[in-house]
Amino acid sequence: MRIFSKLYIALILSLIYLPMFVLVINSFNQSKYGIKWGGFTTSWYTKLFNNDGLIQAALNSLTVSVIAATAATVIGTLAAVALHRYQFKGKALLSSMVFVAMLTPEIVMAIALLIVFISLGITLGFISLVIAHITFCLPFVIVAVYARLKEFDMRMLNAAKDLGASELRIFIEIILPLILPAVISGWLLSFTLSLDDVIVSAFVTGPGYEILPLKVYSMVKVGVSPEVNAISTLLLVVSLTIVIISQLLIRKDKTQ
Amino acid sequence: MNDSVALLQLRGLEKSYAGHSILSGFDLTIFDGEFFTLLGPSGCGKTTILNMIAGMEMPDAGSIVLLGNDISQVPAEKRPINTVFQSYALFPHMTVFDNVAFGLRMQGVEKKQIKPRVLEALEMVQLAHLADRKPAQLSGGQQQRVAIARAVVNQPKVLLLDESLSALDYKLRQQMQLELKRLQRKLGITFIYVTHDQEEALSMSDRILVMHQGKVQQLGTPRQIYENPANLFVARFIGEINQLDGEIVSVDGDHTYDVKVEGLQWTLKAQHNFTAGDKVHVLLRPEDLRVEYIDDFHASQYLVGTVVERNYKGKTLDSLIRLGSGIEVLASEFFNEDDPSFDYRPNQKVALKWVPGWEVVMPAEKSEVAA
Repeated sequence: MRIFSKLYIALILSLIYLPMFVLVINSFNQSKYGIKWGGFTTSWYTKLFNNDGLIQAALNSLTVSVIAATAATVIGTLAAVALHRYQFKGKALLSSMVFVAMLTPEIVMAIALLIVFISLGITLGFISLVIAHITFCLPFVIVAVYARLKEFDMRMLNAAKDLGASELRIFIEIILPLILPAVISGWLLSFTLSLDDVIVSAFVTGPGYEILPLKVYSMVKVGVSPEVNAISTLLLVVSLTIVIISQLLIRKDKTQ
Repeated sequence: MNDSVALLQLRGLEKSYAGHSILSGFDLTIFDGEFFTLLGPSGCGKTTILNMIAGMEMPDAGSIVLLGNDISQVPAEKRPINTVFQSYALFPHMTVFDNVAFGLRMQGVEKKQIKPRVLEALEMVQLAHLADRKPAQLSGGQQQRVAIARAVVNQPKVLLLDESLSALDYKLRQQMQLELKRLQRKLGITFIYVTHDQEEALSMSDRILVMHQGKVQQLGTPRQIYENPANLFVARFIGEINQLDGEIVSVDGDHTYDVKVEGLQWTLKAQHNFTAGDKVHVLLRPEDLRVEYIDDFHASQYLVGTVVERNYKGKTLDSLIRLGSGIEVLASEFFNEDDPSFDYRPNQKVALKWVPGWEVVMPAEKSEVAA
């Protein structure tokens, strides 16, 4: 029975990680088609860094992701605090809309955003991409921060007020330090969501502004090149790093 | 306590939630330096009053006057009033020191003054050695003390305590009661304490306000409230009490009446004015009653009953005695193992006596409120 369950776990893990493992190996494979091992090489990485179009797309992606994640985190954090702390008309509607936005099929959101940009006359490109990415990242930040806020006995905010703190000081000195781990993981989540988004980006970007996932997608259309393996490996490293950072944050927070 | 200085005056306070009135026309004057307790069962409006004094809630009408200034529209953070919360509400991400320093920092007190003041406050609650700890590393009693230090360090005009001891266990609570009282005397700050625990109220307060369903039941010193309850609610809420029904037979003179109780006639003193034929309640505290062998007395002069139950309580021995009319009364006597009169058995006939004048006679209440 023990052996069976171990085999079962091994099967699941290999289903998830084997393709990625093959991809990473192939990015160092001299053989171009990746069917057999042709010897170790880093030439695909060299080629990758010499491909100006790809590097530009990667830089564009990083720019959009950092701006979108940061904006979504700021707006989302404030929204979560407001939803948790204040009573106002339409509060219930607003909080359920957050989940609706999270569960909306990406294609629906993509078309909706495209219609908005066209009707407002916003040129498709950098601006429209950033706005679209903020939109789909926002609910994830709100949910993360809101869940964190619910963990605390918020009567301490009354205590802070009682001790003479203004709303701004309460936010800076009490709320923000307490929710900081959730804010950071909200940012990291937004960053990864934004960095690898294809569907929404495909609809709302213009010809003048190319981002990495779309560039990779168009490259794959003519066959999986070793360069694509290399860039995917780099992306994998980035997301693994982010996962490790957020796990460490959560663990540090728990031991406090 | 300085009786002549009215520190805080509540005038005609009104508050209702969703059309349901919690308080109406509520007036109260609190003197400088007193330990004042708002006592009542939950939902009596005491916490609403506290929140309005703190500024956490605004009254619908009426005014709150602190040292001659109307502060009813002043927000909580600008009032020279601090609160010790029931849940302590300490800031979990700050050390004990930073928790206590918070109020001073918010008021913009100079940095070099903050440290000595915080340490002095912590010294006062005997926690200076734990200044670097986080609240989660402290026991309940220690957290309670931090909460007190955090409030008193600001030298408020009034310190509000919201059921502040209710989360502690019995022994610690008793110890903290003494400490609070001592601290209050030392600081000379006016304390307003909210509780539903009558024992706490009696042992700490200079004055107590007993409330029920938003209405003032009685205002007085602990002794006045215990010995001369204004009505049945107060009598039952504050400690155990036995209630006998009687009728005024005749008026004997100034506040002295002949009263018929349990088929016997007694000469009793009363605060109220009665005329012959009035129905009354005669109230007796269990500890004022003495159980005696019936053959020691002429049975006609004392209440007679049979022993139903005897409960050994450690320092007292409680006897439940059924009187002739079927009413059961509780007598609580200090235990004395050398006294043979403690040898009553169930179903034994005994006499009940009390020191004349220790009874309370009040008008019969038709619609009795359950305590």
